[in-house]
Amino acid sequence: MSSVLYDTPGPRAKQRNIFYTVVFVVLLGLLLWWVYRQMDDAGQMAWAKWKPFTLSTTWTTYLLPGLGETLKAAALAMVISLPLGALFGIARLSDHKWVRVPAGVVVEFFRSIPVLLMMVFANQVYVQSTDLSSETRPLYAVVTGLVLYNASVLAEIVRAGILSLPKGQTEASHAIGLRKSQTMMSILLPQAVTVMLPAIVSQLVVIVKDTALGGAMLNFTDLLAARKTEAAFYANVIPSFVVVGLIYILLNLALTTFAGWLERRLRRSKRGTGTVLGADDLEDLNTAELGGVVGVGVTGAGAGGPVDDVGKR
Amino acid sequence: MEAREIVFDFLEGYDVLAAFWVTVKLTLFSAIGSLVWGTLLAGMRVSPVPLMRGFGTFYVNTVRNIPLTVIIVFSSLGLADVFGMTLGASDDFDALSFRLSILGLSAYTAAFVCEALRSGINTVPMGQAEAARALGLSFTQVLTLIVLPQAFRAVIVPLANVLIALTKNTTVAAAIGVGEAALLMKEMIENEAQTVLIAFIFALGFVVLTLPMGLVLGWLGKRLAVKR
Repeated sequence: MSSVLYDTPGPRAKQRNIFYTVVFVVLLGLLLWWVYRQMDDAGQMAWAKWKPFTLSTTWTTYLLPGLGETLKAAALAMVISLPLGALFGIARLSDHKWVRVPAGVVVEFFRSIPVLLMMVFANQVYVQSTDLSSETRPLYAVVTGLVLYNASVLAEIVRAGILSLPKGQTEASHAIGLRKSQTMMSILLPQAVTVMLPAIVSQLVVIVKDTALGGAMLNFTDLLAARKTEAAFYANVIPSFVVVGLIYILLNLALTTFAGWLERRLRRSKRGTGTVLGADDLEDLNTAELGGVVGVGVTGAGAGGPVDDVGKR
Repeated sequence: MEAREIVFDFLEGYDVLAAFWVTVKLTLFSAIGSLVWGTLLAGMRVSPVPLMRGFGTFYVNTVRNIPLTVIIVFSSLGLADVFGMTLGASDDFDALSFRLSILGLSAYTAAFVCEALRSGINTVPMGQAEAARALGLSFTQVLTLIVLPQAFRAVIVPLANVLIALTKNTTVAAAIGVGEAALLMKEMIENEAQTVLIAFIFALGFVVLTLPMGLVLGWLGKRLAVKR
């Protein structure tokens, strides 16, 4: 195999690679052995610590309800932030400056604040101005924080999705006499949805991961908090972290795989324009705050300028 | 003067700037840590040795799919409490959680740094290396004169995005009691009446931290980008 960094290995390179492999295996083995020794010394390898996870009661009393809360918060956040994000994404593309600029400011503001700040703020607002019980309040706070943050990220995805469509689509629809709102609703959005779908599914991974913040900071009874009560009962800190970590990984891998499958499928399909805003493009959008775009939105350069970072890939 | 004192009375007894200074320090140290570890990982992911590539892929896919909160909480409850890891701060609890959160943030962010670097290397077209080899340049020359200079330029903007995300992610350190901005905000907002004003001050603090990063590095990235 050859890459931009090296040629297809010849006989000497092959020998060298085998040598590196052996060295790497030894190092990796030493590391694993050291980890095992540490676990063993701390008594975390004892069967008694792992056995609880083979009992159905551990799952029904602790982990599954926690997982349920995590999924509930993630699903609610997604369902609420999608239309909100679409609204702001379209607003940022408006021809009217008085719509475009405020939408841009709101989106960029919420995108540059840590989601934890919004959760803490929402929680306090609910404490002061509503009479939600202390059991349901964390869920509301977590969902509010997630919605504020992810709606602004989704707004960027929607904007990127619409901008990624060929210009001819807009021009043709204007040519046949459609108004601006008709162009958006019946020409651009339907196509953009297919373009954005993989990116939106991947955004779910970010939302699922962020729900854990509520469990750590706001007494939200999610999977992470369920781990705490479980470990307090069985005194198995490390095994509980391993199991809960695995649940998160499997959940998110399933989502990522689904997004990748969706992306491949959409790229193959004859309908649409062939542009797909893939899962990896999104990675940039959410780890992301897209360097160049940050300022552009605030100053309201609008639809023309900031495209090149997001759309063109 | 009078009005100002009344409005900002609630700031009395809280050191907002010190909290943000902790945030900056967390960001800085974790950025260095994740850059080192992430570069190593990226090296593995593009190496000719299949096992190293496999390990790199495994690390990235595992770490990216675990919530950062879980990693940070684990570093405190697992690494420190169960395994007795002290990181040279055995009796100073604050210093310990500070260092543990740097460890957690670095381990997490390294996966994203690795992906950013790898994507940068992938932007260099095969033809560049092939042409360089055709000219008779040695492996080292191909790498140092042709491929890496182009890859570094392509990497600035993705790395800037990772840095901005890292700055925001340092708030997660509040989960193990590191006295940075988010923890102070939680404390203030629960004890003082000016909820909206406090939230706005802290939000502004993060905008002030992240906006210049995005602008400066975005501008630099665009300026240095290889036009193709």
